[in-house]
Order: sequence, then structure tokens, then C-alpha cells
Amino acid sequence: MAKIKSLDDLRMMKESLQSKINLREKGEDPGSHVQIKVAMATCGIASGAKTVMEFMMEELEKRGIESVITQTGCMGYCFAEPTIEVKLPGKEPVVFGYVDNKKADEIIEKYIKNGELVDGIIPMNYETIE
Amino acid sequence: MAKYKMHVLVCGGTGCKASASDSIIEKFKSELTAKGLDNEVQVILTGCFGFCEKGPIVKVLPDNTFYTQVKPEDVAEIVAEHLVKGRKVNRLLYVDPKSNEHVSDSKHMGFYRKQIRIALRNCGFINPENIDEYIARDGYYAIGKVLKEYTPAQTIDIIKKSGLRGRGGGGFPTGLKWEIASKNAADQKYVVCNADEGDPGAFMDRSVLEGDPHSVLEAMAICGYCIGATKGVIYIRAEYPLAITRLKIAIDQAREYGLLGKDIMGSGFDFDITLRYGAGAFVCGEETSLIHSMEGLRGEPTNKPPFPAESGYLGKPTNVNNVETFASVPVIILKGAEWFASIGTEKSKGTKVFALAGKINNVGLIEVPMGTTLREVIFEIGGGIKNGKKFKAAQTGGPSGGCLTEKHLDTPIDFDNLIAAGSMMGSGGMIVMDEDDCMVSIAKFFLDFTVEESCGKCAPCRIGNKRLYEILERITNGEGTMEELERLRNLSLVIKDTSLCGLGQTSPNPVLSTMDNFYHEYLAHVNDKKCPAGQCKSLMQYVIEPEACVGCTACARNCPVNAITGERKKPHVIDTAICIKCGACIEKCKFNAISIK
Repeated sequence: MAKIKSLDDLRMMKESLQSKINLREKGEDPGSHVQIKVAMATCGIASGAKTVMEFMMEELEKRGIESVITQTGCMGYCFAEPTIEVKLPGKEPVVFGYVDNKKADEIIEKYIKNGELVDGIIPMNYETIE
Repeated sequence: MAKYKMHVLVCGGTGCKASASDSIIEKFKSELTAKGLDNEVQVILTGCFGFCEKGPIVKVLPDNTFYTQVKPEDVAEIVAEHLVKGRKVNRLLYVDPKSNEHVSDSKHMGFYRKQIRIALRNCGFINPENIDEYIARDGYYAIGKVLKEYTPAQTIDIIKKSGLRGRGGGGFPTGLKWEIASKNAADQKYVVCNADEGDPGAFMDRSVLEGDPHSVLEAMAICGYCIGATKGVIYIRAEYPLAITRLKIAIDQAREYGLLGKDIMGSGFDFDITLRYGAGAFVCGEETSLIHSMEGLRGEPTNKPPFPAESGYLGKPTNVNNVETFASVPVIILKGAEWFASIGTEKSKGTKVFALAGKINNVGLIEVPMGTTLREVIFEIGGGIKNGKKFKAAQTGGPSGGCLTEKHLDTPIDFDNLIAAGSMMGSGGMIVMDEDDCMVSIAKFFLDFTVEESCGKCAPCRIGNKRLYEILERITNGEGTMEELERLRNLSLVIKDTSLCGLGQTSPNPVLSTMDNFYHEYLAHVNDKKCPAGQCKSLMQYVIEPEACVGCTACARNCPVNAITGERKKPHVIDTAICIKCGACIEKCKFNAISIK
């Protein structure tokens, strides 16, 4: 391993290492980031939720959006899987159904970036207990 | 590189390791590989989460799920349910003792809500055996900044302005200590980290060293730069094998990166650290004894002055600070003196780590702002007294401190308030006692410790404490007199006034403080020959109520010393001269005929 010879070396090294613990630091303060929950019950997984989750993780990072993506159990909308819940900081969560990679891309571009609602919203019939 | 969607943090502190956290990690790794998730979920060994009561702890991020008392057998379920399908495993979640509900994430646990973690900032968050994770958390940035931007005098000024006081017990201002050491010119100076944590029930320093060793190394280098020292020594007790292992790893990694050694970060400043093991004598927590022990001499204190800052290790100017003090330093440099000074009370700034022990629900390690009340610590963070019993007292400052009682519950805890209350901050051990604890026995317990640990150099401590112990023993045996109570107090005051070092000067504190707060218990032992808490065996008597006894002979048959006699179907009698007060008869009696008087 190269030696750290100056403060700038250390700073560069920190930046390259940051991503290793980013996930943990964001978890410490989830409220200030975009929070996305992907329903990952059997129904969700069978309909491709895992691909969508990976897609979103990659794309959000590529597009420089600070976000916390977690997986959750069945939300009860098995007819519309894969489903995801998106909560923008300070806003009520919104659930989207039938999310494939294309839809996910649209959600990121329109809703997450600009707050514009897109097709496929499922009216929520539950409340999250904090 | 694989991108992880989840991190599983498994506590690798001594407590959780003792409960098989190693095999939990192994199990996670093999289960994840079997499920094809090893590239998606990362398993990390961390330092102590502080919630030792319910260890081993497993925390899942980013959703902050906090699993308690996880066994290796539970791992498969966590992987299959939570990590694959997103369903938290309810039965392993923390249960709030008040509402009896499962708490799904650590953000909602009373234990963490009131805490501010400065010294413990990385404990339970990073892998202590990986310097990269420390660097990712701004590690070594403070020493880099200091070397590049500040002179030693400016750095000392920051520490002075922050109001940081020594966390080892005395509460001496750290900045001032550094300044004194910096002004004494010498060809060689030393920075010593005092990791000789010896209070019964205290484990703050161990946890910091196990969970975040680099923060101590970094702070020692900062101190070295300030006072003009190029050598650092960590004096650590050999009973802390895990902390020693992790420190060794940390020192090796820091040297490899050039963060210890010659010309650190191109500044021309050299600093390196070695370890020195102590044999675990309590008195070696005292600076001068510690230095003698490091030199290979007997661990005995000497008079101050000369202070170590003038003539310490090998006769050279030496600055000794405690682990927790050092661990707070890098954050102060990074976030500024004003930030640190904004936390805490007027004269005690920042936070303090406490090790909660005794009859408290959440035994563990906490860090709270100075000025937090005892009530908040015990009842909100600590979750209250075990088994719903009544709070009686809390001992702070270990064998050198005193007890705080109900009337002190709302006193803000800081250095000066604790002294005013007849106790002291000490290094942060807090032993909680309930209504079943006999305060005379508690004083005796601590005296027993001091007698054992006295180095024997000066007479007041060596002989005086032994006599104190003997008087306490007579009192708990029911042989005490009123004159002896008076002698107990007088002797205590003499020991305080005439002992050489801090150990002797503070050793009678548990006696004085329990006498001040629980004098009625002493009187009950002396005058009535009774122990109100029912702890002192010599003062108890087992008696059979003749009206309730049916003569079933169950007690007589189970008495190990044949102290119970009586005919069948007639009331039995206990011969108190033979009875050893083991309690076997009470357990066997189905008619509640036996009581303790």
C-alpha cells in the first residue's frame, strides 16, 4: 500500500474509501436522503424486484442522488409487483407499482429529481409506524 | 467491485465475543455465500455498541435494525427472512421494557436517544481492524490538519478553548497539561496513554481501544506535536488481550501508511508509539506509579512535585492522558473548540462515557453530554432498575468515589457537582444498587478492594485501610459499637489527609459517603443488630413460626447441618447456633412457616 505523504494524499484516499462506509453513514441519518423501499417478498422477487433494486442503486449513484435503498417485506400489492415506496425528504411516501427498469428510470428522472408524479401510483392503504 | 446493498455489523467487543460473536460472523458469511448474496451484503466486525446487556448485537444497515442476543443458530433465519425477503425477524428485535413492544430500529431505542457519541463515535460503526474505514470517517485528518495549518501553541490553544478535562478521574484541564509539558525543554519528551483501567465494573477505555484504536493513536501524535515529543507509549493492562491485539494491528497499519514514523505527511514531524503492559495493579492508574511501572520499577507512587510534565518517564518531561481524553481530541480539532464547548455544563464541557453496571436493566456503555441528570442516565437510558425494584444508590468513581442517592437523582452530572455531592466523576464506572443492597457491605466491598490494591508504601493507606475494613467487618457481624462508628469516621478522615497518593487519599470515600447518606443503616447494624437490606448473614436469624408449622419434616430433612429438630406433626425449631443460614429450609417449606428475622 502506498504511503500517505501529504494531507492531499490523505484527502484523496478518504474520498476513494468513502463509498465503503457511505451506506452506514446514510443509515445514521435516513431522513435527509431520498428513501426507497423495494418490496422483496416472494411475489416481488418473482416479478423482478431484485433487478430493479440493483438498477436503482446503480443509477442513483451514477446520477449523484443521495439515497437510502432498503428492502422490505410484502406491501400487499402483489398484483402490481414489483412495487417500490419512495419518500422524498420532508414529503409523504408514494408507492409505485409495476416497476421495471424503464419505469424506475422514469421515476428517478421525473419524481425523484423534480417531484413530478408519474403513472403507476398506487393509493396507499397503510400507514407506516415510526 | 461488488456494490453492497446492506451492511451487517456484528459486535466484536470482549463481551459479545464471549457470547460467540465470532461464530456468528462465520455463520453469516457461509449463509450469505450459500444464498448467493455474498456480493450484496457485507459482514463487518465492529467495536462495542454499548448495549452489552443484550449481546451479542447484530445491526443491519441502512435500515438500522437492531438485533439482540443473537445466537449462531439464528443467523440462517436472519439471512432468509431479512436479508433476502426484507422481513425483520421480530423475535430478535429489542423489546422496550416499558411498553413491551419490539423496537424495529436503533433510532427509536431509549438507550440511544439521549446519547451523544464523541469518544465512542466509531465504536460499533467501523471495523477497528481496518485503517481504511477509520480514514473514510475523517481519520488522521486532524493530525494532518494540525501539522499543516497550526503551530503547537495554536493547537494547545484549541484544546484549552474546548474546555476538555481529563477523563481519567481528576478532571484536570487537558490543554493546560499539554502547555506545561510543552514549556519544559528537554532533548526527549514522552506522550503516555494511561490505559490501566482498574475500577471494578468500568470498561470504557477497553471498549474505545477495542472499537476505535486509531483515534487514540492519532490523538497521541497530535499531543506529541504539541509538546515536542517524538515517542508515545501506551501503558495497558495485560488483562486486555483483545485491546492489545487491536492496538498492535492499528499501529502496524498506521506505520505502513506512513501515519506513524518518520516525517509524517511530509511535515518533518516524527512520532511513533509502543506498547507497555501492566500487571493490573490499581495503583498504576496513578501517573507516578504508572511511570515507575513503565521503567520496570515497583508500581509505587512518589510525591508530586516533580510532576511528570517536568520529570516523568526516564526523567524526561512526560504527558500522561487517559484513553477517553485522547479519543475526544481528533473530533475537537475537526469540529472546532466552540463546537465541543457548546456541549455540556459551564465548567465541564463535552460528553462523558459511563459504564453502567449493577442492578440496572441496560448494563452497558453510554456516552452522554455533561450535565445529564442521574435520573436520565438510570431510568431513561439505563431502562430503570432490574426486576422493578426500588433505586437506592449509584456508586460513581469506583472505590475512590462515593454513592449518589435518591436526592441526587436530578443533579446534573459533571465534575464539580459530583464532588459537591460527596462523590467524584472517576473514570466513569457507575454501579447501580437497589433496595436489596446493604450499604455497609458495599463500603466493605470497596475497602476490601483497596486493601488488596494498596501498594503498601505509606502507612495511612496500608494500615489504616486494613483497620477500616476490620471495623466494617465487625459492624456487619453485629459486633460493632457506637465508639467504633466514631472511630470509623475519624480514621477515614486521617487516611484522607495523610496518604501519599490519590489511591489512599480517596480510599475512605465509600465509607464516608455511605455514612453520610445511610447512617441509619450503620445504626441499625450497631444498635439493633439488624441488617435492613437482609444481606449481612451474621445478623439474620431463621425462625419457624410455631402456628404455621404443621410438622411435615421437609425442612429438617433438607437442612445440610441438621440444625432443625422436632417431632412429626409438631412444630419444629431451628437451633440458631448450628444454622448456617443457607436458606434451604425456606425453599422447601410449603407453608411459609419460616422467616428471616
